[in-house]
Amino acid sequence: MSSSPATALEPTTVGVVLAMAVVTYATKAGGLWLVGRLELTERAETALEVLPGVIVVSIVAGELVEGGPEEWLGAAVVALVARKTERLPLALVAGIGTVVLLRGSA
Amino acid sequence: MTETDSSGDRGGSVTTADGDESEADGRPTADATSTGRVAFSRSGARRGFRDCLPVAVGVAGYGVAFGVLASQAGLSAAEATLMSATVLAGAAQLLAVDLWAASASVATIVLATAAVNLRYLLLGATLRPWFADRSALETYGSAFFTADENWALTMRAFADAGATDGADGSEPTDAAYLLGSGLAIWLLWVAATVVGTVASDGVADPARYGLDAAFLAVFVAIAVDLWDGRTDLLPWTAAFVAALATAVAVPGRWYLLAGALAGGLVGVRRADAEVDSREVGG
Repeated sequence: MSSSPATALEPTTVGVVLAMAVVTYATKAGGLWLVGRLELTERAETALEVLPGVIVVSIVAGELVEGGPEEWLGAAVVALVARKTERLPLALVAGIGTVVLLRGSA
Repeated sequence: MTETDSSGDRGGSVTTADGDESEADGRPTADATSTGRVAFSRSGARRGFRDCLPVAVGVAGYGVAFGVLASQAGLSAAEATLMSATVLAGAAQLLAVDLWAASASVATIVLATAAVNLRYLLLGATLRPWFADRSALETYGSAFFTADENWALTMRAFADAGATDGADGSEPTDAAYLLGSGLAIWLLWVAATVVGTVASDGVADPARYGLDAAFLAVFVAIAVDLWDGRTDLLPWTAAFVAALATAVAVPGRWYLLAGALAGGLVGVRRADAEVDSREVGG
């Protein structure tokens, strides 16, 4: 697994990566292209706006179930620091630091 | 001397910027966008790059985390770097690596990527007016470099410029700003990925450094970023509860689908209710 050499390019992995790249570019260029050619319904627009947020929230929920009190507190610290300072690296360090500290004292 | 006269004169003198021949008459308000002349010049790209550098440093924080997590999921440094260079979408890449570690199918990974990236359709749509008169190469080349952070900066820059041609000494509106700011993000994102993959090689026990908690941390931070105020409260709560319940009850990654569905439905229903209350009978 993680012992694969740094320069390894496994064909399946490269295929997945390129498929991801194509899909992502399609969304980035698609918006620019579609406007004026296709009128999005208000509901479709709402769905597009809502989806990223609810997907991220769902991921967080799943990770919270996998974790324990240490992770929950760490997540709270990340949310708090990110909201107060809007500095992402700081929020990540604070949150991960919290988890490490809690584990050390357990 | 009228305003129209002066803008016409000066408009003519700045048409030397790259690729402006279609607007050689230099009338600042006469083009199809009704937002004024929009250039696409080297100086615009440079301005975007410069403005975005501090933001890109922040993005690099994610990039390092992504590199570490990708390595732990079994991707080589080359594979992780290739992903960062060609995909350039933080949340989607992190999710893909998470799914990869869980041995999800290729279809799941690609579908999840599409779902998380759907928002780019909207971001792109908002950029359209500024690219209305630009060439396909300029437009669709720049599109690749759209990321949340530099999109936000670009929209701010366009708003600040107020669709001027720079004749009055202000910064001219320049669509190349998107490309320049995106390049700053791309450079630091790719470099940070390399750093992350290298750093993870020296980590024997990821749990000791809390690296296994990095996923949660990154997605919480992204959620805070995406939070758009009270309109998000209901859909997000629905998604959270549905995902939580599904994750507890069902093994695998079904909670992702359950949460997205529940949140999406609630979001659309809520918007419908708003429309109904606005226009009776609609």
